[in-house]
Amino acid sequence: MSDKVKMAQQFIEALPHARALGLVLTDIDEGRATITMPYAEALVGDPDTGVIHGGAVSAMMDTCCGAAVMSHPSAPGATATIGLRIDYMRAATPGQAVTTTATCYHVTRNVAFVRAVTVDEDPDRPVATANGSFTVERS
Amino acid sequence: MARPRPEPMQVVKQRRDGALAALVAAVPYINFLGITFDRRGDELTAVLNFDDKLIGNPMLPAIHGGVTAAFMEVTAIITLGWSQLWPQIESGKIDIETLTNGKLPRLPKTIDMSVDYLRSGLPRDAYARARISRSGRRYASVHVEAWQDHHDKLFAQATGHFLMPPPPAPAAPPEDKAEAQG
Repeated sequence: MSDKVKMAQQFIEALPHARALGLVLTDIDEGRATITMPYAEALVGDPDTGVIHGGAVSAMMDTCCGAAVMSHPSAPGATATIGLRIDYMRAATPGQAVTTTATCYHVTRNVAFVRAVTVDEDPDRPVATANGSFTVERS
Repeated sequence: MARPRPEPMQVVKQRRDGALAALVAAVPYINFLGITFDRRGDELTAVLNFDDKLIGNPMLPAIHGGVTAAFMEVTAIITLGWSQLWPQIESGKIDIETLTNGKLPRLPKTIDMSVDYLRSGLPRDAYARARISRSGRRYASVHVEAWQDHHDKLFAQATGHFLMPPPPAPAAPPEDKAEAQG
């Protein structure tokens, strides 16, 4: 594991809600971040099927988008979500971890633009996609 | 003929509160976030009961943006589910025993959610109400407002589209017929 990933992982683990969701940052580099969320009974939204709640996926995608912004080469000191739009393609398969990859594809003086995709163990059929705009706080 | 005597208040309250509690208790994630619902007649207000684990940035500190999004999504889904359940419990089509035994109507599914973050969420309770802009047979459009200290100073708002569950199957046919159908 590179130092960069280690440091980012420590940063994510310092966020109380990220810890509550059990988020694990597995990769981060120049405006791109990957975060995995293990399956947990507490996150279930549909008790009949055991499918995790869309809200848990939203929380994970928001975290991952924020990490992507902070890893951008223009080095924003901090960031906050301005707007986030999430599309749900299908239910995540019960029992499987979900993984989000976020890309910060453009940064202006004040705003960072991010897109993200979430998959379960089948990487070819996305569970959800997101588009967001984030503030750029210069350090 | 005189109209029937209204039901005693306690009977009405117990039925409505019991149905709402059963609907909410069935979803583990709502309990994970610590969301509860206040009811006044058919109107619901969701309450995000503050807890340290809802914090995103511990330096500010502020409620995690993802929690805010999830809170509004939960508010929208329960408000939609409740709007479908209400006429059925009031007409007696669904009784409270059925609900508390875990036979709950299916909840709507999120198609998309678009969230505007207007202010940072302070480390204290938050409230939200959903307005159903349109609810059709298959799709519904919902607007959610979330606030903390002042209702007119929203800290977030959202619009979402939801896929409505198919209507409950018509009453089961008499048993012999059901068997004939396999």
